[in-house]
Amino acid sequence: MTNPLTATPVRSGPPPTVAASPRRAPQKPKAARAWATRAPLMPALIFLIAVTQLPFVATLVISLFDWNSLKPDEREFAGLSNYTSAVSDEALRESIVTTVLLTATVVIVSVVLGLMLALLMDRKFRGRGLVRTMLIAPFLLVPVASALLWKHALYNPEYGLFNGVLSWVGDLFGVDNPPQPEWVSDMPMFAVEASLVWQWTPFMMLILLAGLQGRPLEMIEAARLDGASNFQIFRYLTLPHLRRYLELGTLLGSIYIVQNFDAVFTITRGGLDTANLPYTIYETFYNAHEYGQASAAGVLVVIGTIIIATFALRVVSSLFREEASRA
Amino acid sequence: MTSLTATAPVTSVPPAARKARRRGAALGLLAWLTGIVFVLPVAWMLLTSFHSEADAATNPPSLAAPLTLDGYREFFGVNGGADPWPPLLNSLGASLFSTLFVLVLALPAAYALSIRPVRKWTDVMFFFLSTKMLPVVAGLLPVYLFAKNTGFLDNIWLLVILYTSMNLPIAVWMMQSFLSDIPVSIIEAAQMDGAKLPTVLLRVVAPIAGPGIAATSLICFIFSWNELLFANVLTGVVAQTAPAFLTSFVTSQGLFLAQVCAASIVISLPVLAAGFAAQDKLVQGLSLGAVK
Repeated sequence: MTNPLTATPVRSGPPPTVAASPRRAPQKPKAARAWATRAPLMPALIFLIAVTQLPFVATLVISLFDWNSLKPDEREFAGLSNYTSAVSDEALRESIVTTVLLTATVVIVSVVLGLMLALLMDRKFRGRGLVRTMLIAPFLLVPVASALLWKHALYNPEYGLFNGVLSWVGDLFGVDNPPQPEWVSDMPMFAVEASLVWQWTPFMMLILLAGLQGRPLEMIEAARLDGASNFQIFRYLTLPHLRRYLELGTLLGSIYIVQNFDAVFTITRGGLDTANLPYTIYETFYNAHEYGQASAAGVLVVIGTIIIATFALRVVSSLFREEASRA
Repeated sequence: MTSLTATAPVTSVPPAARKARRRGAALGLLAWLTGIVFVLPVAWMLLTSFHSEADAATNPPSLAAPLTLDGYREFFGVNGGADPWPPLLNSLGASLFSTLFVLVLALPAAYALSIRPVRKWTDVMFFFLSTKMLPVVAGLLPVYLFAKNTGFLDNIWLLVILYTSMNLPIAVWMMQSFLSDIPVSIIEAAQMDGAKLPTVLLRVVAPIAGPGIAATSLICFIFSWNELLFANVLTGVVAQTAPAFLTSFVTSQGLFLAQVCAASIVISLPVLAAGFAAQDKLVQGLSLGAVK
């Protein structure tokens, strides 16, 4: 803050000795200095506002029109009628419930599984590096590829691996008609969730493992010498230490899974009550061509997200302060 | 637990330590088993991609079927069909350029948020993160209409701009965290010598934060490479990316399991290779720099 050299990137440069002391440079008013501090930030900020915020303003405007792209001549101002139809829209309401359920299930299950895996991986054993590499493979598949893999190579009722293994085991034990479930149509929600949990557990594991490895080991040794059991150490030392990492994993996981499109789009095509919000809005504008309604739905989703995100951000911001106060 | 057993002499193992060692071995085995369970679908996909279509679609599965490269040959369009190279190159271009733009924008921004912070820099940080929480799908329609009216539809540069905005918040958070570790005195020394901001960033900050910048680039590249929704809506024949190609590939040609597996492997290969090669960078990046 005391060095105003960055303050005026365009000037020809007074001697550095003068520049080192802002009080001896009265020609640079405070405001100019503040702007110069801001200057490096501006390109990123302006770019981000232009590309992410302006479209939302446009969405807001479009949402007030009755606009179907197949009938471009009938476009007219419709006030809030798109909102009333969006609020009373059964499909939209269902997709909100679906989104919440899908996100909560996937995040909770993958955090719990990820924690168990991280605890396993925190021990030394032969081939630990290889096992870690094996565990993160699911996260490194392109999401569409992973969804295709689950849909066609694993879930397919005729030649998918799951039913293949079932009939193979059936043969082995002499069962005549081994069960051959239609995975996707019998349990669509579970099918989508399983593939996402498989992809996101490694992510949670990696973050939690990094957290575990940053544990103060002396404290754990001391607790052990004082006769603390493994469970007590986990409950009173490890878990509190991991809190930040658990919250971070949950937050980041939620951000990405709320917006999931690939798995729903590929595995069920939004059918069978698995259409989440991103898919429903995509459907409304891409296939039904209802621009006004899709936009109203989009605005409602944004409002809902802002409410939830405010809480989420409060969590991060408390972590952030903790971090800052420690530094 | 492990340190206890490690220090105990092998010849006279007390029963408690022997029990602990057996437990350790059991847990190691469990870790191996879960690792195998998680990698199994990927391994199955890899094996199937080397099978003929007839062998790929059997029930029970034919594990020992002869291996062939037919799936890959078919994917690369040896017997006619869509050529996968344009989509692969499109993806590469979109990912590389957007990553480059992200770095160019995020490095100075992170400087203004850590080394020489603006007032209320935490608020700015949260503004960046909050844009990540807004559902992209809500802004998709205006972007589509804008692109349609300006002739930017089916243009790879539109994707580059969108991917840049998609990854910029993550990159700013990561770089802010990496740049906070740089001692301010180093930068002040450079500025004493008369270095201007671009020089400071390129010659002083970038080399020190090199590993962090590498982690940021890796994450941005992976997320751009993986993106499907925008690519699906905003591109067609010319600018189609690999993930969009993969979905159209399945719907237009019906199901050829071996071929789908081969295609999935080829398209995931850059991400798999980069991710495996830089596992530690991956953790740094995914945690927005919180894990170092």
